[in-house]
Amino acid sequence: MGGPHGHKLHFHGHSPVHRIPAHLKILALLGFVLVVVATPREWYWAYAAYLAAIAVVVAISRVPATYLLKRMVVEIPFVVFALLLPFVAHGPYTEVLGLSLSESGLLSAWGLLVKGTLGVLASLTLAATTEPQELLAGLERLRLPTLLVQIMGFMVRYLDVVTSEMQRMKVARESRGFTARNPRHWPVLARSAGALFIRSYERGERVHLAMLSRGYTGRMPRP
Amino acid sequence: MTPVLDVRGLAFAYPDGHQALFGVDLHVHRGERVALLGPNGAGKTTLVLHLNGILSAGAGSVAVSGLPVTKENVPEIRRRVGIVFQDPDDQLFMGTVRQDVGFGPANLGLKGAELEARVQHALDQVGMAEYADRPPHHLSFGQRRRVAVATVLAMEPEILVLDEPSSNLDPASRRELADILRSLDVTVLMVTHDLPYALELCPRAVVLSDGTVVADGSTYDVLTDDELMRAHRLELPFGFDPRTVGPPPVRG
Repeated sequence: MGGPHGHKLHFHGHSPVHRIPAHLKILALLGFVLVVVATPREWYWAYAAYLAAIAVVVAISRVPATYLLKRMVVEIPFVVFALLLPFVAHGPYTEVLGLSLSESGLLSAWGLLVKGTLGVLASLTLAATTEPQELLAGLERLRLPTLLVQIMGFMVRYLDVVTSEMQRMKVARESRGFTARNPRHWPVLARSAGALFIRSYERGERVHLAMLSRGYTGRMPRP
Repeated sequence: MTPVLDVRGLAFAYPDGHQALFGVDLHVHRGERVALLGPNGAGKTTLVLHLNGILSAGAGSVAVSGLPVTKENVPEIRRRVGIVFQDPDDQLFMGTVRQDVGFGPANLGLKGAELEARVQHALDQVGMAEYADRPPHHLSFGQRRRVAVATVLAMEPEILVLDEPSSNLDPASRRELADILRSLDVTVLMVTHDLPYALELCPRAVVLSDGTVVADGSTYDVLTDDELMRAHRLELPFGFDPRTVGPPPVRG
């Protein structure tokens, strides 16, 4: 339960990038993503510049590139979707390696892939250089409604608890000879997910009880 | 002298009709440490939830230092009665230990330096001051249990109610927690199945069984009453005999 340091996405360090106030980093990320999304797909050199900019920030932060690359697996569903586009899109076709692909599809796939990758990479860099607590404090300084910040705070707090609960359930299933190999096993996984949901819900009730016991009246105290 | 805890004829049935308490009487005086023993399903947790007004009495009454537990008094009652729940992950829900310990006093309206002092003092009492800025989920289980105690101490309660304080602790953490509890100058009601722990910490024990109090006396006498123990599914762990340990020395 719980490692000694930081969150799974966080890479402990003391670089200048780590030290920048969280709200500035959040604004920088937001600005960067908006600029990337607004850039026309055909401006290939611009994307090279964006990637170079991220590379510089990562180099200063001294977060190993492999650390970030490994965590880019979250993007895979988008990559799959992007790879399908040239096959399903219409318009003029072109020959690539003997395959007839839609030109507009290829361009869309490129746009989706490059914008998505840059966004994910920039977000991971933020997560790697900012503690979740600082991130929440940063959002609060940016005047995000307190209620939302609190919900995110609870999420950060209980993410580890719920994932370790999920892990224990998986170990318990496998200890009794179960491994999910094909869709016939999915109902078991679905029931596990249901059990996890109920457990989390009940934990929520117990947490609420513990809050009430310490004088909670529906409003979080302002520090 | 008004007892810190005064429970009279308390009866309670859950909405589904299951009656958990049948007329419980319990008085705890200032400075006492009392163990609440009983088999699973005896109504211990139900009783505890009445002490700070989470559940309200079907019949009978509960008063804390003379103040009856009623809807209007709930905020003050919850300051006076500090409950430490069994799973510290339920009790510690804020981002850092400091925020968590400050949650209760902040709800009482404390601010700034005063709040900070309360938090610091509570953390010192449980020996966790150096962890103030760590997120709770990065602490060991024993440390989390101690912080959970601090979250309640920070409200300066008149009675500390502990639900299974020794559960899931390794022997060293269990002993450290005992040292902490002994060092506190506060009335304690401890719900537990850990009978050696009860004997070690609490001079007095109350046995709850099937929703009524069936025994109330010195912990040593209760644990050595074989007939009573058998009748209420209480069993000493293998190799433990209170007679060889002897009654704990009288506190000064």
